[in-house]
Amino acid sequence: MSGIPHDHYEPKSGGEKWLASRLPVVGLLYDTLMIPTPKNLNWMWIWGIVLTFCLALQIITGIVLVMHYTPHVDLAFSSVEHIMRNVNGGYMLRYLHANGASLFFVAVYAHIFRGLYYGSYKAPREITWIIGMLIYLLMMATGFMGYVLPWGQMSFWGATVITGLFGAIPFVGESLQTFLLGGPAVDNATLNRFFSLHYLLPFVIAGLVIVHIWAFHTTGNNNPTGVEVRRGSKEEAQKDTLPFWPYFVIKDLFALAVILAVFFAIVGFMPNYLGHPDNYIEANPLATPAHIVPEWYFLPFYAILRAFTSEVWVVQIASFVTGGIIDAKFFGVLAMFGAIAVMALVPWLDTSSVRSGRYRPMFKWWFALLVIDFFALMWLGAMPAEEPYASFSLIASAYWFAYFLVILPLLGVIEKPLPQPATIEEDFDAHYAPKAGGSKTAAKPAQ
Amino acid sequence: MIKKLTLSALVAFGLGTTGALAAGGEAHVEDFDFSFEGPFGAYDVNQLQRGLQIYTEVCSACHGLKFVPIRTLADDGGPSMPEDQVREYAKQFEVFDPELDDFRESTPVDHFPSSSLENAPDLSLMAKKRAGFHGPYGLGINQFFKGIGGPEYIASLLSGYEEAPDCAPEDFPGSYNKVFTAGGIPDSCRDEDGHSTVTGSWIAMAPPLLGDDVEYADGHEADVHHEAADVAAFLMWTAEPKMMARKQAGFAGVVFLTLLAVLLYLTNKRLWASVKYKRED
Repeated sequence: MSGIPHDHYEPKSGGEKWLASRLPVVGLLYDTLMIPTPKNLNWMWIWGIVLTFCLALQIITGIVLVMHYTPHVDLAFSSVEHIMRNVNGGYMLRYLHANGASLFFVAVYAHIFRGLYYGSYKAPREITWIIGMLIYLLMMATGFMGYVLPWGQMSFWGATVITGLFGAIPFVGESLQTFLLGGPAVDNATLNRFFSLHYLLPFVIAGLVIVHIWAFHTTGNNNPTGVEVRRGSKEEAQKDTLPFWPYFVIKDLFALAVILAVFFAIVGFMPNYLGHPDNYIEANPLATPAHIVPEWYFLPFYAILRAFTSEVWVVQIASFVTGGIIDAKFFGVLAMFGAIAVMALVPWLDTSSVRSGRYRPMFKWWFALLVIDFFALMWLGAMPAEEPYASFSLIASAYWFAYFLVILPLLGVIEKPLPQPATIEEDFDAHYAPKAGGSKTAAKPAQ
Repeated sequence: MIKKLTLSALVAFGLGTTGALAAGGEAHVEDFDFSFEGPFGAYDVNQLQRGLQIYTEVCSACHGLKFVPIRTLADDGGPSMPEDQVREYAKQFEVFDPELDDFRESTPVDHFPSSSLENAPDLSLMAKKRAGFHGPYGLGINQFFKGIGGPEYIASLLSGYEEAPDCAPEDFPGSYNKVFTAGGIPDSCRDEDGHSTVTGSWIAMAPPLLGDDVEYADGHEADVHHEAADVAAFLMWTAEPKMMARKQAGFAGVVFLTLLAVLLYLTNKRLWASVKYKRED
C-alpha cells in the first residue's frame, strides 16, 4: 500500500496461507500498522490518534444514549433528564458525549493548524487534505445537529438561526430552508431529521477516516522538515523511518493518556463548562434568549458571518453589481462558507516550493498571525454584534481571507527559504547527537 | 450577559495546574461558600434536608420540581432520607393517575408535582440554567473550584429584595430585587439613553423568605440569608443529583489516566532510547 519500501507480511503457516489466498486481511492490518513513519515526527503528530479515539468515544456513547433518548419535541428534554437521573451511569454517558464533542474539535483544530504550518496539504497530499476538510465539514454538521437534540433554548434558537442562513440564498433559499426544516419553522419534523442525520453522519465520517488514512499511507506521512523519506531502497528508507508499531503507537498513546486525564477532570469536575446555561431551559418558540451563541467551535466562522454588514463597502459593491441579489445576509453566508473553502483550496493557493514552515522565515510570522486571528475571531464570535467588536470582526475576517488568497500566493514568490536538511535522518541526528560525539544539540527535541 | 467562552475552550484543555481562581463574578451575585464546590466538595446532607423543608413549606406553594422523582430523596449523595420517611413525605402530594382516571396520593416512584402557578418556573434545573459568575475575565474557569454560580444566583436573588428605589412609581407591579435583571423597569428609572439607573429590576415573585419562615429540626439559624443558602443547595441537588458520583468517577479517571500516562511515558522513553542515543561504536 505504501510507496515507501518496507517488509510486507508473509504468511507462514498453512492456516495463514489459506486465509491470505482468500482474504488478505492480516496483510492489510500488518502493512497499516507497520507502515514506515518518519522518525522525526514531533508532538503535533499525535492528534490523529486523539481524533480516532474521539470518533470511537462519540459513536459508542452515542449509541447507548440513543437507547434512552426520545426524539420528540414534547419528550426530548425530559428524556435527557431521564438519562441524567434514572439511567445507570447516564449522567456520565451524556457528559462524556457532550464534552467529547469539544475534545473532538480541539483535536481537529490542532490537527488542521499542524497541517497548515508544516505544509502537509502540499503535493502529493492534496487528496488527504481535501478528505480531511470533508470530515471537518461533516463534523460541524454533526456537532450542530447534536446540539439541537436536547431541545433546550439554545438548541432551538441555534437551529433557527443556522437554518436561517440557508434562507438567505437568493431565489431558492426559502424553499431550501423549508426542505431542511421539514416545515415552515423548527419543529418536530426538524428534530426528527436532525436526530436521524446525527446518527448517520458519524458513520460517514468513519468511512472518510479510512479513506483519509489510506490516502496518507499511500503518500507517506509528512514530517516537521517537509523533506520526503528516501525511497531508493529499503535500507535507505529505514534510515529515515521507524515502523508505526510500536514506536508511534506508544508515543501517541502516552499523549492520549495525558489529554484524557485533562478531559476527565473537565467531565468530572466542570462538565457544563463548555455548555450554555440557557440549554437547561426547555425550548420555547415564544421566548427568544437575550443572546444566541453557537458552540465555541463554530465561533470563528460565526464571527465571519456577522462581520459583513450592509455598511461594509465590499458588501455594497457586491450588492450593486448583482442588482441586490447578494445582500448583506447572503454575503455573510458566502463569506462564512468561503472561509472554509479557501482553507480547502490551500494546496493550490500556496505557491512556495518549500513544504515546512520551519524553513520559511516570512511565512512563520504570517502563520502566527493567522493563529492569533483564529482565536480573535473565536472571541469576537461570542461578543455582541456592536462596536467595537463589529470593526474588529471585519479586520480579523479580512485577514483570514488575505492569508489564503493574497499572502500565501505572494510569499511563494518573494520569500527566500532557509536551507533544508537533505534527509530526515540528518534532521533527527541533529537533534539527537550520538552520545560519543562532541556537540549535543538537543535544543529542539523532535520527539 | 455573554456567558459563552471564547479562548476558554483551549485554555480549559490546557488547564493543568493553573490556579486561575481569582474571585471573579458579576456585579451583585454574592459568592456563597457552599460545601459542594470544588473537585472534592460534597453535599451537606443536613443542609439538603433543611433546603427540602424550605422548598416544601414555602416554594412548593407555586413552584414545581417535575423532573425529580420523589424516591431520589433517599439516594446516597442526596438528602439521604430513610425510605419510610420518603414514603410518608410523598403522601402530601397528589398525582393524576391515568389508570384510575383520578387523582391519588403520590408514592415515592412519582415525580414532584409541576408548578401550580402558571408563570412560576419549574425549579428542577434552576441551579444549572442560571450562571452567577463566569470568571475570571469571562473565561469561566473558576467553575472548576466554585461551580457555575447557579446556587449563588438563587441564594442572592432570594435575599436580594430591597425597598424599591425612589424613582419608581408606587403602583409599579412586582417587587424590586437588586439581583434580578430580567424583569421590568419603570421608565422613570431610566436615563435619556434608555439605560437603567437601578441595579436590579422588578420581579413578579413577592419576597418568599422573610426569616423564620420555617422551624428547623436541627435548630439551625433561620434568617433569610441561611434559608436562602439552604434552599439553593437543595436546588443544586435537584439539578445535579449525581454530582457526588460524577466527581468520584472523575477523580478515579484522573488518577488512573495519570498513572497510565506515567507508565506510557516510561515505556516510550525506553523504547526510543536505542533510536535516539545510538552509540557510535
